[in-house]
Amino acid sequence: MVGLTHASPTVEAVRPVAKRERRFSPGREAFRRFRRHRLAAASVVVLALLALAILIGPYIWPVPINEIDFTARLSPPSWDHPFGTDDLGQDLLSRMIYGGRISLAVGFAAMAVAMFAGTIIGAIAGMSRGVVDAVLMWITDLFLSLPQLPLLLLVIYLFRDFLKGLVGPEGGVFIMIVLVIGGFRWMPVARLVRAQFLSLREKEFVEAARALGASKSRLVVRHILPNALGPVIVAGTIDVAAAIIAESTLSFLGLGFPPDIPTWGRLLFDAKDYLDIAPHWALFAGGAIFLTVIAINFIGDGLRDALDPRKVM
Amino acid sequence: MGHYLLRRLLIALPSLLGISLILFVLLALAPGDPFGELASNPNIPPEVREALRVKFGMDDPILIRYFHWLVAMLHGDWGFSFASRIDVDQLILQRIPTTLYVIGTAQLLALIVALPVGVYAAMRPYSMFDQIASTVAFIGFSLPTFFTGLLLILIFSVNLGWLPFVYRADISASGWQWYWEYIKQAIMPIAVLGLFQAASYTRYVRSAVLDVIRLDYVTTARAKGIGERKVIIKHVVRNALIPVVTLVALQMPTVFGGAIVTEQIFRIPGIGSLLISAILANDTPVIMAVTFVFACLVVLFNLLADIIYGWLDPRISYS
Repeated sequence: MVGLTHASPTVEAVRPVAKRERRFSPGREAFRRFRRHRLAAASVVVLALLALAILIGPYIWPVPINEIDFTARLSPPSWDHPFGTDDLGQDLLSRMIYGGRISLAVGFAAMAVAMFAGTIIGAIAGMSRGVVDAVLMWITDLFLSLPQLPLLLLVIYLFRDFLKGLVGPEGGVFIMIVLVIGGFRWMPVARLVRAQFLSLREKEFVEAARALGASKSRLVVRHILPNALGPVIVAGTIDVAAAIIAESTLSFLGLGFPPDIPTWGRLLFDAKDYLDIAPHWALFAGGAIFLTVIAINFIGDGLRDALDPRKVM
Repeated sequence: MGHYLLRRLLIALPSLLGISLILFVLLALAPGDPFGELASNPNIPPEVREALRVKFGMDDPILIRYFHWLVAMLHGDWGFSFASRIDVDQLILQRIPTTLYVIGTAQLLALIVALPVGVYAAMRPYSMFDQIASTVAFIGFSLPTFFTGLLLILIFSVNLGWLPFVYRADISASGWQWYWEYIKQAIMPIAVLGLFQAASYTRYVRSAVLDVIRLDYVTTARAKGIGERKVIIKHVVRNALIPVVTLVALQMPTVFGGAIVTEQIFRIPGIGSLLISAILANDTPVIMAVTFVFACLVVLFNLLADIIYGWLDPRISYS
């Protein structure tokens, strides 16, 4: 195997080490590989710090998000307002903390929706042959070729008022955004799960389980699904970042959460008219989105090395 | 080739139908009356509203409504924009060249950047160049377009004052001055969109070339004494491009999403900003039509990718 090139440098580095030492359980082995990816490991720390700041931030910095102070309009960062203030003199740090909660919640919830739908559809397609498989894959391909942002906007436009009346402005928009973003991101997961199922269901260990009389549902849940999860977890990680970007995009276009709820995208939307006099406003909000997204993407990259050590010839 | 093209067209047709069905079901499921806005508008008499309801068949059974709607869409009868007081197809025809111009140039820029960088990085994996390129690409596709757009405006318009941040369709200058103004105002939107795409394309190209470059036929080509340059361009890149074309086609929906954001930031009068303003003005016919046009464009670009695919990989065209 001369001239073997790995998809990532860390995979190469790990192999001989793993051979020399004791064998570890698959979980620990994956963790060791993940740690090798230094940027991914650093990203976990960054993301954990961000999450911590967002969770306990309101207790350390108990400034209300909507306290208007016209004497401190558009002021740059200072000791009173570490992140500065916006055009109404509202404290940006507390608004950023609040927005971070929404962004991360939307990201993880939409990822959960996408993983759930994708796994079920992929599993059904992968276990059934013939017409069901073909139809499900056709639908998957159809969804893949849908223009997502225009459709997101269309769905939100059409159903906004309905859900607002049903669960209140904040909760209604949250549920809708999560469902819609998740509903447009399940396709890659479904394809991955189906591909994994197609190869796994022919493996000896599945055949052995079947010979022992395991039912179809037990085969899927106990034997095939756990082995198919690696790439799905990687795809799910990337989905979190994509969902955060999608939510921020909607808010940035002024069509996401209601205007009084300061999500990161909404902060950018409001800040863009004051770029010349208050650039800090846009920079903090955009920087937060960027930091979160790149941290999640690096973690996804590290997880890919750890869970899916596919070599590239 | 003609036969292949025809088959591809026939495959594209059901997906267009599927998309139209999804659009229609969304519209039909939507609670409330899409024309409810008209009821509160005193400028529109009740007869006109009734006529519109009949025209859109709001009171027919749903399947009949779908067929009526589909036939009307195919005839180019896309309705009347309430906000702009002009036929929707006229409105879209006015706006679409700008969008295609921006998207097309941005894609070109993305490929011009991504192809050489990706190929060069893959020729020397894990070298300094490769690591820098990979990191920059990673940062590039983690930066959302709305943030890079604002950053560029902040740097080049606000701080340096080099470039205008509003895209104007009516530039007052003439001659060379006009061209110069035109290019200047297009630089930032195209850079934002193009470089964002370039980041992901670079990764695709790199991994595709890495897949191909170690194959035996490349070694054979080198052993025959063909120059490295020729090996890379004629043997490696051509084969590496096949998966890249597929991935680029899969990216098209994202590209259009980015175009909407970019048009909104720089106020480019394309169909993306038309969509946003139509949503803000509750202009349902325009919203439906623009979404449908975006869907058609995605299908069209997928078709284009299939054609390029057939050209790159002769095994496909004749099968």
